[in-house]
Amino acid sequence: MSQPDFELVAGLEVHCQLATRTKLFCGCVNGASGAEANTAVCPVCTGQPGSLPVLNKAAVELAFKAALALDCGLAGTSVFARKNYFYPDLPKAYQISQYAEPLAKGGAVVFTAGGVAKKARLQRIHLEEDAGKLLHAIGSRELDCTLVDFNRCGSPLIEIVSEPDIFSGSEAHAFLAALKEILLYAGVSHCDMEKGELRCDANISVRRKGDAALGTKVEIKNLNSFKAVKEALDHEFSRQVGVIEAGGRIVQETRLWDVEKRRTELMRSKEDAHDYRYFPDPDLAPLVAEPRWVEAVKASLPELPAARRMRYTEAFGLSGYDAEVLTSDRALGDYFEGAAKGLAPEAVKTCVNLITTDLLGRLNAESLPVGRCPLAPGALGSLAGLIHKGTLSTKLAKEVFSKAWDTGKAPEALVAELGLAQVSDEGQVREWVKAACSANAQAVADLKSGNGRAIGALVGAVMKLSKGKANPLLVNRRARPTRCS
Amino acid sequence: MGISIDIVRKVARLARLTLTADEAALYQSQLGTVLDHMADLSSVDAAGLAGTLAAPVPADVLREDSPEPFEAREELLANAPEREGSYFKVRKVL
Ligand SMILES: [Zn+2]
Repeated sequence: MSQPDFELVAGLEVHCQLATRTKLFCGCVNGASGAEANTAVCPVCTGQPGSLPVLNKAAVELAFKAALALDCGLAGTSVFARKNYFYPDLPKAYQISQYAEPLAKGGAVVFTAGGVAKKARLQRIHLEEDAGKLLHAIGSRELDCTLVDFNRCGSPLIEIVSEPDIFSGSEAHAFLAALKEILLYAGVSHCDMEKGELRCDANISVRRKGDAALGTKVEIKNLNSFKAVKEALDHEFSRQVGVIEAGGRIVQETRLWDVEKRRTELMRSKEDAHDYRYFPDPDLAPLVAEPRWVEAVKASLPELPAARRMRYTEAFGLSGYDAEVLTSDRALGDYFEGAAKGLAPEAVKTCVNLITTDLLGRLNAESLPVGRCPLAPGALGSLAGLIHKGTLSTKLAKEVFSKAWDTGKAPEALVAELGLAQVSDEGQVREWVKAACSANAQAVADLKSGNGRAIGALVGAVMKLSKGKANPLLVNRRARPTRCS
Repeated sequence: MGISIDIVRKVARLARLTLTADEAALYQSQLGTVLDHMADLSSVDAAGLAGTLAAPVPADVLREDSPEPFEAREELLANAPEREGSYFKVRKVL
């Protein structure tokens, strides 16, 4: 037996911080985790006796959006429950979560891995509050105590739990990328993994290929980047196969991914750690998803990436690759649609090329998000139109692009101002061709004796004479052997 | 119905309570009484009745998402057993 005889089976649990202004149950600012410690705190989120939680409407609506965007079935009524455990990051000694009756069940994420379209089903989505942040060291100095910051405590999260439908590290990576894209599009979360707005745990087991039953699952925590998820799954697969091949048995346990050492390590587990004694929170009424409310939230959902990709290939005739690039970021898709507005269908392709090469290249070089692009979508559209009409060559268009970027002037105005318009006047082009022929007698002779490649020298000479403005199609036609005498 | 002394001890451990033998025995009998009441309730035929935790709350009484910063932050920090700067300080847990 060896690794090829086994397969990995994984399910992911993704925690996603909702993009609300305030926390889940109090009016403290959400997203203050970078601010001075304990500045976004109040009696509710620090668990002072007598304080009571009041549910944030916007958090519920974002959770509905996530569920609708992921095709989940929304529960008519969901119930908040207390998850009880003692830890300094949890001032009430319980976390308010949902357990027996979650907000939504079912749904799926469609993704592409290894060029193949795959689908991982979802088990559930529920709402819960985040815990505080513990500090065990300051820089490299190990503390002899633990410091607690409750700025993040009580922030609204959704937990998205997948079915064990993921069969490799790269599938997990692709699943997360697709999920993140949908959550960003729907405006559910900012999904910044570095800020901990998207966190992932994985349940991993291995089984012999062809077996229907799942192996014993191991939980891996601390997966703080897509790369960590992929590497941890690949590593854990080899580790578990190794254990089984050596005649061992996989034990149900929780392991931590060590980013530095690139391996999982057993987490010290406390006895009874998993006995959370969930029960319905008597401080919070059941949450009712009234159909009218849900409909209103549904109506506010934007077009999602998959639908947009399909529309781009069907309505604009874009390649799958171009559609993929343009829809990978909602703002970029919006930009493209703004630029393509009113363009002839054939000019749209030119417009896409300008976006995927010049625009993305420049944004990338200046580390700017699409939202802060100095060139308005309309300006880029006109530039595409100018190329398409033959006013500008692709080469000169690059110059106009860069001037428009720097000055904010409209492309048409720049073309006039700089005298860059391509010359398509037959008489003028004939003059240039004539001059080029008399200066390149050898090329003309070669051309006449049947060496077609000699035309390159003549076209080059015309371009030089015209400072790049001669319409290359016309030049090619005029410089044919029969005309060059 | 009743409850075993082992479960009493487990529940106490989860709640971070150290019980003497007498206390454990006392709670065993008290918790047993509570569970007997529950057993009485369970014996009632409630088929066809939906469970009710609390009256569901309509959406319009939920909180609007506008920040209301809490001003008396110092009072919260003053409740900390110990503090360091603006952090709550506790025994090392890692
Ligand atoms: Zn608060």
